[in-house]
Amino acid sequence: MTEHILSWVLFTPVIGMLLLLLIPSEKKNLIRWWANIVGVVGFLISIPLVTNFDKNAASFQYVEKFDWIPSIGATYSIGIDGISLLLIMLTTMMTSISILCSWSSIQDRLKEYYAMFLLLGTAMLGVFMSLDFFLFYVFWELVLIPMYFIIGIWGGERKLYAAIKFFLYTALASVLMLLGILVLYFQYHQQYGVYTFEFSKLMSLNMALDMQRWVFWSLFLGFAVKVPMFPFHTWLPDAHTEAPTAGSVILAGVLLKMGTYGFIRFSLPLLPKASIDPTIVRVLAVLSIIGIIYGALVSLMQKDWKKLVAYSSVSHLGFCTLGIFALNPNGLTGSVIQQINHGISTGMLFLIVGVVYERRHTRLISEYGGLAHVMPKFATVFAIAMLSSAGLPMLNGFIGEFTIVAGAFEANRAWAGFAVTGIVLGAAYLLWLFQRTMLGKITNEKNANLPDLNWREWAYFTPLIVLAFWIGLYPKPLFEILEKPVANIVMRVRPDYYQNQNRIREAAAPAVPAPVAVIPVPASH
Amino acid sequence: MSEYYTSADHFVLLPAIMLALFGCAILLFEFLIGAGAKQRRWLVVLGLAGLAFTGRALWMQQAALNAGAQLSAFKGALLVDGFSLLFNWIFLFTSAIVLLISYKYLEIENENHGEYYGLVLLAQCGMFFLACGNDLVTIFIGLELMALGFYIMVGFLRNERRSNEAAMKYLLLGAFSSGFLAFGFSLLYGLSGSTNLRDIAVAISQRGAGDPLTFLALATTSVGLFFKISAAPFHMWAPDAYEGAPTTVTAYLSVGSKAASFALLLRVFLGPFGDLRAMWQPLLIAVALLSLLVGNLAAISQTNVKRLLAYSGVSHAGYMMLGLVAGNQTGLQGVAVYILVYTFMNLGALLVIVAMRRENILGEDIDDLAGLMHHHPVYAIFMLVFLLSLAGIPPTAGFLGKYYIFLALIETGHYILAVVAALYVAVAVYYYFRIVRSMFSREEAPAGVGIPLAGSLGVRVALAVTGALTLIIGIYPEPFLRFAGESLMK
Repeated sequence: MTEHILSWVLFTPVIGMLLLLLIPSEKKNLIRWWANIVGVVGFLISIPLVTNFDKNAASFQYVEKFDWIPSIGATYSIGIDGISLLLIMLTTMMTSISILCSWSSIQDRLKEYYAMFLLLGTAMLGVFMSLDFFLFYVFWELVLIPMYFIIGIWGGERKLYAAIKFFLYTALASVLMLLGILVLYFQYHQQYGVYTFEFSKLMSLNMALDMQRWVFWSLFLGFAVKVPMFPFHTWLPDAHTEAPTAGSVILAGVLLKMGTYGFIRFSLPLLPKASIDPTIVRVLAVLSIIGIIYGALVSLMQKDWKKLVAYSSVSHLGFCTLGIFALNPNGLTGSVIQQINHGISTGMLFLIVGVVYERRHTRLISEYGGLAHVMPKFATVFAIAMLSSAGLPMLNGFIGEFTIVAGAFEANRAWAGFAVTGIVLGAAYLLWLFQRTMLGKITNEKNANLPDLNWREWAYFTPLIVLAFWIGLYPKPLFEILEKPVANIVMRVRPDYYQNQNRIREAAAPAVPAPVAVIPVPASH
Repeated sequence: MSEYYTSADHFVLLPAIMLALFGCAILLFEFLIGAGAKQRRWLVVLGLAGLAFTGRALWMQQAALNAGAQLSAFKGALLVDGFSLLFNWIFLFTSAIVLLISYKYLEIENENHGEYYGLVLLAQCGMFFLACGNDLVTIFIGLELMALGFYIMVGFLRNERRSNEAAMKYLLLGAFSSGFLAFGFSLLYGLSGSTNLRDIAVAISQRGAGDPLTFLALATTSVGLFFKISAAPFHMWAPDAYEGAPTTVTAYLSVGSKAASFALLLRVFLGPFGDLRAMWQPLLIAVALLSLLVGNLAAISQTNVKRLLAYSGVSHAGYMMLGLVAGNQTGLQGVAVYILVYTFMNLGALLVIVAMRRENILGEDIDDLAGLMHHHPVYAIFMLVFLLSLAGIPPTAGFLGKYYIFLALIETGHYILAVVAALYVAVAVYYYFRIVRSMFSREEAPAGVGIPLAGSLGVRVALAVTGALTLIIGIYPEPFLRFAGESLMK
């Protein structure tokens, strides 16, 4: 068990799914209980990953490797570092939360619904664990299938349109990404005479800048659509809005991070020359900034509560990509932390929309107003979620945004300026949303007798609120976990970065010893 | 045995002998035993027995080949190598599935006659010669034997206008294309003075590049072959023939006939025309791109699943040709893998349509599949697997085929072709998902929802086998890749 703990974490949801299929469809409560148990167990068995994690190790941990398709050199090779650890914990937690929040909102075709969620759980975990590009791609595509059905069957009015749009966009981008992967694979064969998809081996590839650029753009397409970066974001508002609550939660909470994770895990280390290419960095930064500002402005204009939250994701994910392409430790660390934060805050915001939608079956902001009078507990939770998303100090969002802005400032002051504008706009649309829905008098009598949060809703809000405060007040563990992997990536992309930093620091204050003098080179297996 | 028929010849010919023997036995069966419903059941058994004997003969050939034997017969007119065996296994599998699914379907159509089963075996006999033939005459006779079987089978629903029309179209266009092929063959014979492919290859290589006569031979032969594999712009017969034919025959035609024609195409292009790569590569690229374009775009607007699969089959032919365009080891392996997985997924998809035919429901329209997930979830899930595979989404078998083709194109520097081929995947996803959408929607309920599907034991077995293979190859492809790879190496 301990040897294969990562495989256990990976396959628990799918094993649970197979057992779920044996339960007769009439036993609705049994199905619900079983799915929830599998979700919680999936989370619980991922906890040892944290407790046994060695944050000082420079290489991947819990590594497992077996031959899978020797003829083409694909292996079943999984392992995690600090970055994937955080995303995996987020995934197992959000999976169980989204299963729990579906208890009463999904009444139809339960068995298929929960089966899809559990399959999705395994697919997402696989994406964050794979150390083999082929395996990664299989999981990456596997995510699409359950998500298509979750949107397409249990979604809102325009669900079919949204589902196929989501599928087409991502499938198209992924195939083009596949071509990039195949170029890497072929180049490695050219240079070393061996076919392999293994990440650690592909790191030793030596490619000309021109080739790297092409591969970079191909991978970029795959990842940017998933993030989604402007201008590839158009699938997102539809998918988020039409998906059932739990679908939106998982989509915003976890799925979007697959794209940013792809940039951090694959684009930067495998294509270091292209990643610091000034044109590429500029394009990516500009797209991120457009995403931040545009997402926020569009959010301001929304009449639909859920769509507002959906567009806010475009804005927030813009911060994450901006942090990545600041290409310094602060930017990258902030980006990963912000990804976790976005999962927590936006997850909460979607859950909040879900709570009122389940009671009123409308998402129009104008239908609400003064809810704080009838649902005070709900309003409090919403306030916390809203402030955490807006980046209020003491809550999680602040830590991520602050670190990203620090990183952006180091890279280019103008970027930081735009990012701060984005934060201000973010506060504007969130506060305004809160004001319109929660404060003032009750304008619509249908809202006069809405019940406040029940115990089940508390059950899924509580852990998120606790996390939001914890990260806001004591983020040190996150920074520690991320230090080594981020340093690895920065060393890989900008080998002289730390030396230059030391030189600058020494010039400023020669007496202070350099804190990060020895950074181990990424271990190659 | 005589000098004209040695034991080595017999060994090579044995599968064809078995097929012909059992094919004829089935034709005689109704005369000798009777044509009652009770006796008819034995037709399937007899057919499967024939396939079992054929399989045994193929198995022995495979064993001899693995032991390193050189298998050729009739002074090099027939050649058994890994390549031809791979195709023969595909034909055997296809016929077995077709036999399994036909009985109930033909009962429903009220056209269950013995000759159908005989024709299935005889057509397979033709395919055998296409895969093994190394001589123009042998190949042409094999091709006509196969085609004649199909002309009759496509029109097997003799009381249905649609089926008759399809058969007539297929016959006319098929004869036309055979004419082209025969013309090309005659030129090849004129160029070399021999019908043996190897001699022709030698003669062509001596004529040098840019020879107009060689080009004419190449062009006419190619046109004939493109007709047979239903590549655009020679695909016009396919949608009509696929739609009008009994669905079981559509399955046989779309897989068996296509695979056999591809075997011939590979043999001819890599054999006699092997040195003319510079001449045929642009031609093949043009046809492949056109097939992708026409196949994918025409499939979007189809409402009939059989027509849709016909057009998507055109695009699949385009992908396979791209493997040949790349022409390296990976590319050829890719073609083999692609044909192998195409066999499983396309048969699977069509046999779900076979099961949809019940009482007075045709079950061929996309709308007829509406709500399938509710009343027959197992069929719907199998269909989903087949469609995902046809679209090339991992972890299904179809992804492997596309993977090899893309890789081969990248290895040979055809980046633009690779990108174009990849872009069409999105189009394919769109039209395949129209079927998925219909199956999983519950809003519109078509007529006849309450009528159970025509899932006979044969259909269920066939469904399980094709579905399992499509998934297993997707998840653990190693044995199949090795099999396909080794077949080509020998």
